[in-house]
Amino acid sequence: MPEPILQMTGLNAHYGDFQALYGVDMHVGGGEVLAIIGANGAGKTTLMRSITGLITNGPGQIQFKGRDIGGLRGDQVAETGLAMVPEGRQLFASLTVEENLLIGAQTGRKGPWSLGAVFKLFPILKERRAVPSTALSGGQQQMVAIGRALMSNPELILFDEISLGLAPIIIKDIYDALPGIIGDGMSAIIVEQDISKALSVSSRVYCLQEGRVSLEGASDTVPREDISRAYFGIE
Amino acid sequence: MNLSDYTVTRTSPAARAAAALGAIVLIALIAAPWWAGRADMRLMSELFLYLALASLWNLMAGYAGLVSVGQQAYVGFGGYMLFALTIFGGLHPIAAIVVAGLLGALIAIPAAVLIFRLRGAYFAIGTWVVAEVFRLSFAQVSALGGGSGSSLPVGIVKSLASGRSARESLSYWLALGSAVLVIAAVYLFLRSRRGLALTAIRDNELAAGSLGIDIWRTKFAVYVVTAALTSLAGALIFLQKLRISPDAAFSVNDWTAFVIFIVVIGGIGTIEGPIIGTLIFFLLRETLADLGTIYLMVLGVVAIVVMLKAPKGVWGLIRARFDLQLFPLGYRVVRHISKKDT
Amino acid sequence: MEWLNALVQGTLLGGLYALFAAGLSLIFGVMRLVNIAHGDLIVLAAYLGLTVTSAIGLHPVVAMVLVVPAMAMIGYALQRGLLNQTLGDDLLPPLLVTFGLSVILQNGLLEVYSADPQKLSAPVLETASLPLGPITVGVLPVLTFAIAVAVIWGLQWTFYKTALGRAFRAVSDNQDIAQLMGLNKRHIFGLAMALALAVTAVAGILLGLRTSFDPASGGGRLIFGFEAVIIGGLGNLWGTLAGGVILGVAQTIGAKIDPGWQVLSGHIAFLVILAIRPQGLFPRMSG
Repeated sequence: MPEPILQMTGLNAHYGDFQALYGVDMHVGGGEVLAIIGANGAGKTTLMRSITGLITNGPGQIQFKGRDIGGLRGDQVAETGLAMVPEGRQLFASLTVEENLLIGAQTGRKGPWSLGAVFKLFPILKERRAVPSTALSGGQQQMVAIGRALMSNPELILFDEISLGLAPIIIKDIYDALPGIIGDGMSAIIVEQDISKALSVSSRVYCLQEGRVSLEGASDTVPREDISRAYFGIE
Repeated sequence: MNLSDYTVTRTSPAARAAAALGAIVLIALIAAPWWAGRADMRLMSELFLYLALASLWNLMAGYAGLVSVGQQAYVGFGGYMLFALTIFGGLHPIAAIVVAGLLGALIAIPAAVLIFRLRGAYFAIGTWVVAEVFRLSFAQVSALGGGSGSSLPVGIVKSLASGRSARESLSYWLALGSAVLVIAAVYLFLRSRRGLALTAIRDNELAAGSLGIDIWRTKFAVYVVTAALTSLAGALIFLQKLRISPDAAFSVNDWTAFVIFIVVIGGIGTIEGPIIGTLIFFLLRETLADLGTIYLMVLGVVAIVVMLKAPKGVWGLIRARFDLQLFPLGYRVVRHISKKDT
Repeated sequence: MEWLNALVQGTLLGGLYALFAAGLSLIFGVMRLVNIAHGDLIVLAAYLGLTVTSAIGLHPVVAMVLVVPAMAMIGYALQRGLLNQTLGDDLLPPLLVTFGLSVILQNGLLEVYSADPQKLSAPVLETASLPLGPITVGVLPVLTFAIAVAVIWGLQWTFYKTALGRAFRAVSDNQDIAQLMGLNKRHIFGLAMALALAVTAVAGILLGLRTSFDPASGGGRLIFGFEAVIIGGLGNLWGTLAGGVILGVAQTIGAKIDPGWQVLSGHIAFLVILAIRPQGLFPRMSG
């Protein structure tokens, strides 16, 4: 197995007064695509917020490329080469399509991704570059959100519920585009409620249940009944 | 665990002790004309009136979420109404004070209709505009001395009660009475259905809205009632001062800045906070007032530090240590030790 | 003719009010902060102008070269050192902390400069006038109005055409996601306050050239700026200029009727607009 790029050790996280994660151990290998599944409220969103620095964590709990990032702010985490496509897309409403993408390049990290490369991946965005991001369809907005994350040339990219609220045909398009996006040694975490989609593009899977890891395995060999048990907590 | 081991109660030993102590203090204060000097009584009167203003501001900002920096509008309005009603209306000063309160409520209605259109912090500045409109308008009334103001005629002062010490005692009792009235009103209101709804709004506007509590109407009512009682306090303040001018009547420093500092330092959103804050404020003022502007700067710094480091104020710190509530508003669950357990 | 004169003078005065308002509007737009000490900061800038002109002997307009960056630095430090700690979902901390700041500033100015009214003097500029058709207008009011238009144009350009403006809008839209893009919101807020106080510095110097000021003048300036913002409609800088002009015209026309009515008629115009069009005249138009 390749050297882990992201390592979580005994991660505890709180959401307000409420503890959402209990001693989570997880790792992502370099160049690996990891799937994280779990029901609503299992702690997936808190996990994403912890990794990206929107929630600060204790020392030693999250290491990225061997560096402790648990205490860094979100913008500092972004500069280390970690990007997220947030749940619900969350584009900047008062910015145009192009401006949204340019904000993604704010960290100034060098690499293959640029405005031109994103427009090549999603040609429709080039056509609509000057319109407000709110004027796009849901699928196009998801393209902007993905492009925006890529613009920072991340080494690890987090996809949080990218199929949520989109039409099946659009979801298929986006998942078809994923291998082209993730290539070049980039690692990825895919958080999904749609289990089969998540398994189809990943090499390994973790399942979260009530803030704890309930299952870990290889995406292509893990038995489905184990997943449903880990997912729903039904014996 | 057996549910019958628990009861829900509002009161507590501390609250009962506080009520007993409060009653003793109140009796001592009522008797002040027989034990306190003239200067002390003047100081205490001022303290009570500040306590009334602070409790009212706290009701608005700490419970109803209406942050006003324009309560001087009603202090000044009440003061001017006292002068106008006694000088031109021929009313007895005490009647004039009551009428000033009613008129304060009346004028607060159109003011509220306008400034309730402003959200949050802009509401605060809107209240200041209202106060400025009042100040500039009263400065135009030449019968009340225009911009330079006027004094309360001796005849009216004498009509309050015969003899200087009787007048001083009466005006002291009125100040004490207004503070007691305000605190009692705030306490009873917060215990009422509407008051509990208000606390619910403060704690979670969304949830309160979904419970069907009419937020706007409750806030409106709080604003108007607060204006009435603030006008009443204002009339009393200028009955003590015997002189009024637009700048003194509508001073943002005297009637809003100090009041805000009192509440913030004492503890916003609690009934006890303004009481503690008023005591601290007068203690500081009596010891540091010689410093003049430096004193005000210190007060500003203290208020900022409290807001950032201990947002629940001095009373909040006390309460966090001892779990006290002298004015029991919320219900608490108490476990009794029944015979079976022992 | 007298009424035309009042109209023109009021319009020019509105430029000054728009400058009072622009900083207020900018920081509200970026971080939803309403700064109660805004007026006192305008007065602080006027006093800094006074110190610079009397100590170095610079012309007040030239003194802006020093006062503007000084105020910008004060703004950045104030935001990072104090105001950032107040931001959140709760309305009270920013309001009460800036209110405390207002009292500190007023009394600090009183301590340093005394309560005596002061004025920035620029003998030639103050008295120079231009014939404009049938009426005569002062060069200073015209200059003030021109600066106001230039400042608002500059802010608009910054907001919509530069990377800084893009960052302002992104943080304003969604603080968390902006943070994930590598924008440090504390720094961005610091820059917004620096820019707002740079504008405030220009406003303060022009105020000091036009009228006398004292440490207690701040509250009134805050209110004028606030009224211009609300009349114009939140989130629209050109609307704010229009709001300033309406306020200025209402004041000069009020003063024409009775000198004591100047400020009062401005407030009344504001309340009337609040009554009939609470969202302001030109809400949230961009560009």
